[in-house]
Amino acid sequence: MPPSENSPALPEAEVQSPSLPRPASLTALFWAISGIALQGFGGVLAVVQRELVEKKQWLSTEEFVEDWAVSQIMPGPNVVNLALIIGDRYFGWRGALAALAGMLTFPLLVVMALTIGLAGIGHIPAVQGALRGMGAVSAGLIAGTGIRLVPALRSNAMGTLACALIAASVFIAIAFLRVPLAWTLLGIGLPAFFWALHRIRALAATPQGHP
Amino acid sequence: MTGFGYGNLLDLLGCFVTLSLLSVGGAITTVPEMHRYLVAQNPWLTDSQFSASIALAQAAPGPNVMFVAVLGWNVGMASGGGPANGPLPWALAAAAMAVSMVGIIIPSTTLTFFAARWGQRNRERAEVRAFKQSMAPVVIALLVATGWLLTASHGNVQQAPLLWVLTVVSAMLVWKTRIHLLWLIGAGALTGMLGLV
Repeated sequence: MPPSENSPALPEAEVQSPSLPRPASLTALFWAISGIALQGFGGVLAVVQRELVEKKQWLSTEEFVEDWAVSQIMPGPNVVNLALIIGDRYFGWRGALAALAGMLTFPLLVVMALTIGLAGIGHIPAVQGALRGMGAVSAGLIAGTGIRLVPALRSNAMGTLACALIAASVFIAIAFLRVPLAWTLLGIGLPAFFWALHRIRALAATPQGHP
Repeated sequence: MTGFGYGNLLDLLGCFVTLSLLSVGGAITTVPEMHRYLVAQNPWLTDSQFSASIALAQAAPGPNVMFVAVLGWNVGMASGGGPANGPLPWALAAAAMAVSMVGIIIPSTTLTFFAARWGQRNRERAEVRAFKQSMAPVVIALLVATGWLLTASHGNVQQAPLLWVLTVVSAMLVWKTRIHLLWLIGAGALTGMLGLV
């Protein structure tokens, strides 16, 4: 990492300063997203969080969770939506296109090469075993990334208890009861939305409101 | 094998455009519907060609929507008579792949683009802030649940104990350390190849 021209370790309150890390150009964005996509075996999200939030710091954890929420709620592949939103934030529609191209171009070439090259050897036990092992690890990567995002809830307007209750019921609904996503969002997400709205309005009504 | 031809490209496009707009939670959530259309309703892919296409795409790096490209490719390749049948099946496969990807990607990304811009312009509104705040615990729990479901699809803890250990250990390592993720994937491939899980 090159030495920073500005004094490091600005306090949190000054994150609006223009020295905040961001992609230098459309090409830099394209290559950064391409690199992320090509590291994403069994899911790209874990790599996006590592690279863009922790290493490059283009996004804070809170921004990441917010963008991820929009990406998940909208139809379409989640990480593709996420790349689009991040690209748009920095360079407008051209950034969105560059990020989209980065997310899709090389993975498409790789998967097509695999399709053509591996057409005959998918039945070999060692290949199937390797796929099983990679699948189990990538499941862990997705779950671990979720746990890693939990600190973003500390500043949540709904309060810690409500966040814990919401998260626990979503997990039970999806993992154990196998409720379809749309019903989970309606049944848990909608009440959560009204609770958050109520809290935000209550906080806005109290000047310097007590937590 | 008959079935898919150039005349069906528009049908394929229509199918994926519709599914793109319905794919809340990712393209993978529409797999049952794709199966119905490509295998049951039309004679374009066999059951095993369908599952093999998805398994192969899972092993490749990148967004998991790439399985749609593999499905499209294999629809064209199978109906064209296979890779040894001259250039025609390759052309049909490439066309079906391109149509499938355009269909699944463009509608949802266009919608997301404008929705995200609207949200960004109105980010000070209480409703928009409430939406983002309320969704934060939901999406975090969804990630953990997705990891759980992916491993559970191979069997429960009694049936596949070592697979669960592998998942839990990787989750702990991602949570607590900064180990490069490719090491973890490589270790998973190796343990699987040696028949340990």
